[in-house]
Amino acid sequence: MSEAKMDKTRRNLIAATAAVGAAAGAGAAIPFVWSWWPSERAKAAGAPVEVDVSRMEPGELKIVEWRGKPVWVVRRTKEMLDSLKAVTAGLTDPTSSASAQPEYAKNETRALKPEYMVMEGVCTHLGCSPQMKGVDARAEMGADWAGGFYCACHGSRFDYAGRVFKGAPAPLNLPVPPHIYVSEGTILIGEDKKGA
Amino acid sequence: MKRLLRFLLLPLLFAPLLAWGAGGGYRLDRAPIDPNDLVSLQSGARTFVNYCMNCHGAQYMRYNRLTEIGLTEAQIRDNFIFTGDKVGDTMKVAMTAKDGKAWFGVPPPDLSVIGRSRGADWLYTYMRTFYRDPKTATGWNNAAFPNVAMPHALWTLQGERGYDPAKGEWKQLTAGSLSPVQYDALSRDLVNFLVYVGEPVAGKRKSIGIIVLFVLGILFIFAYALKKEYWKDVK
Amino acid sequence: MNRLLTAAWDWFDARMPTVGEEWRKHASEYYAPKNFNFWYYFGALSILVLVIQIVSGIFLTMHYKPDAGLAFGSVEYIMRDVPGGWLIRYIHSTGASAFFAVVYLHMFRAMLYGSYQQPRELVWIFGVLIYLTLMGEAFFGYLLPWGQMSYWGAQVIVNLFGTIPFIGPDLAIWIRGDYVVGDATLNRFFALHVIALPLALLGLIAAHILALHDVGSNNPDGIDIKKKKDANGHPLDGVPFHPYYTVKDIAGAVVFLAVFCAILFFAPEMGGYFLEYNNFIPADPLKTPEHIAPVWYFTPYYSILRAVPPLFNSQFPGVMAMGLATMILFFLPWLDRSPVRSIRYRGVYYKSALATFVVVFLVLGYLGVKPTTVWGQFGFDAFFLDTKDIATWVARLCTILYFAFFLLMPWYTAIDKCKPEPERVT
Repeated sequence: MSEAKMDKTRRNLIAATAAVGAAAGAGAAIPFVWSWWPSERAKAAGAPVEVDVSRMEPGELKIVEWRGKPVWVVRRTKEMLDSLKAVTAGLTDPTSSASAQPEYAKNETRALKPEYMVMEGVCTHLGCSPQMKGVDARAEMGADWAGGFYCACHGSRFDYAGRVFKGAPAPLNLPVPPHIYVSEGTILIGEDKKGA
Repeated sequence: MKRLLRFLLLPLLFAPLLAWGAGGGYRLDRAPIDPNDLVSLQSGARTFVNYCMNCHGAQYMRYNRLTEIGLTEAQIRDNFIFTGDKVGDTMKVAMTAKDGKAWFGVPPPDLSVIGRSRGADWLYTYMRTFYRDPKTATGWNNAAFPNVAMPHALWTLQGERGYDPAKGEWKQLTAGSLSPVQYDALSRDLVNFLVYVGEPVAGKRKSIGIIVLFVLGILFIFAYALKKEYWKDVK
Repeated sequence: MNRLLTAAWDWFDARMPTVGEEWRKHASEYYAPKNFNFWYYFGALSILVLVIQIVSGIFLTMHYKPDAGLAFGSVEYIMRDVPGGWLIRYIHSTGASAFFAVVYLHMFRAMLYGSYQQPRELVWIFGVLIYLTLMGEAFFGYLLPWGQMSYWGAQVIVNLFGTIPFIGPDLAIWIRGDYVVGDATLNRFFALHVIALPLALLGLIAAHILALHDVGSNNPDGIDIKKKKDANGHPLDGVPFHPYYTVKDIAGAVVFLAVFCAILFFAPEMGGYFLEYNNFIPADPLKTPEHIAPVWYFTPYYSILRAVPPLFNSQFPGVMAMGLATMILFFLPWLDRSPVRSIRYRGVYYKSALATFVVVFLVLGYLGVKPTTVWGQFGFDAFFLDTKDIATWVARLCTILYFAFFLLMPWYTAIDKCKPEPERVT
């Protein structure tokens, strides 16, 4: 056998061994890499949450915890819903085209049913939790305040659909989590397919 | 040796040494379990939640894992969870260890890994060797586990039996709702389930193992050829 | 592509020549004897197992809780809830036993071919230190699952320190940090297991390899390959470690991994020897398991401990014997007076002595996992029979033979009729 041929056999064998070895090594890495995903315990703790909204007062805000985040459910009054149309001009993203929400909440009221608004109470700026400020808070919020949410950390303002006003540090509207009505007065937050 | 043990274990001699499966020397029957028999596993799961879980939990086992034995989450929610637990919760028991201790003298052990510590044969024998014994607090005793604190939880199914440890003779005192053959099958399913709960991943483990060994086999072919190729030089 | 790699390497080499120098010194120009056989795989394999244990161990610490109330549950959490956690845990538990298996075979190789003899005494001493550190590592690690065997094993071993005269009882309390094995014990054993002893192991392994490469490897013929060199000054019977032994060790490693994975995937408990059945019961300070046996790799020494009868009602002699049984390994290079290294050229005395030693070690190991009643009792009574358990008397005989192997070695190796060693390796 010539030198050149032997070198070639050798090179091929090295390549083949290295390739299979690398594949085996990558396979061996799977359990280690996988072990960083949420465990079954974390998944169970982050499971969807049911909220009973049937007994909410008009205008009431209910805060539930889902995956460690405050999720707001607001039963909006007619006045609140009307204010949504009035403030459109002053919003950064009035149609929510750039913001995070499921397809079924990408509408004028950002909700499955206009009366009930479900959103994550986490400011899209730096993650503080805003507070609800009604029209009665005009003294501190300014004369044109139509009601909504105000983030005390850096002054971001949102309307009753969680849409952010121009001039606020927050770039996007408050995200809407996946949710579904499992019955007339019960919302399941964190899941939008039936039967799961 | 005995002296050594006595010395080393001196601190515990005052502890109430409750019989911890003191063997008893009873000959164990082989448990005819089959981890691939989903029907048996489901039947065992039903017996477990209906009878065992009155006192024992399986606190490391999640309900939704039972989808592995062919149940749907809806079936689990409707037929296997009697408390307010969610399907993602573990199979915990409502009875506290303190209550258990008060009622039985010893808290009923968690059964998550009982299949691994006791083994299938022991569990299968144990479930089938309870007998009436007026000398014990519960009125029950067990041939495989003498002076066990646990009463016969399945006695309505098996009926009451008597046993003479000296002669090794059994006799049926009252009939249960199941025939002996049916009761053996029920015990088998329960043990099958307990073994599964002890290591739910066992089936998956073996199937992955076959792939791993196959890959190593291929790697060996190349690695060995490479070694041969280099060692041709060495005279 | 190749040119780019060469340029990158040249750039690196010009700035940090140490890496290239060390590579040449320890691999591409380290001449190892060409006649290594089966027994020479286990050194490289123990490095492989070390890596496996470190990687799997790091990932286990990410999910494990060193807390007496949570430890047992966190192991089951790893086994069930952590994705891939069961595999990582089995890798680590199987790896523990594999580590001892390869280290025992590696040590036996040294005894077969006299690898501890002059000039490799330091290599041997570092090796024994690695072995002792590994025993500590295994012992501390075994407490962490917080099962019944974890707990009672630790209890018994710590109590052994309690038998030391005068300071013993206080020493045992100091080790535990409590009056029983408890949360404080678990926490400190965890720290020792995951950081202190692994660091010590790495340092000792570096010293072991450096000391070996300074004097060169022994071989199955036990002769010095450096005596016959070619025109370039390389040993005639040597081959560069890289690529010859790297490709050979890779093939060996694949075979080892196949055995390792066969156990891991099809019998991770290994019939109760790798994972003991009673360790699936949470630690309970009030209930001792009926039969406490250490994991298989400790059982020869445990047998020696049990075999020695108490003196003045103290177990200390047994503890001493167990300690001496390991410490005596350090003296092996000076106990062996044979003019040859390899078993191939030794006489019948050493061959029989080593064969006896292997049998004795295995019998002691077997008896260590069994109760002393395993072989029944003598049917007669005599004044000298403090126990009638046959197994205890066998263990005593084996203990005597174990020490005789070492203590009589200066005598039987000196009078042994050795065969002449060849000039070159065979």
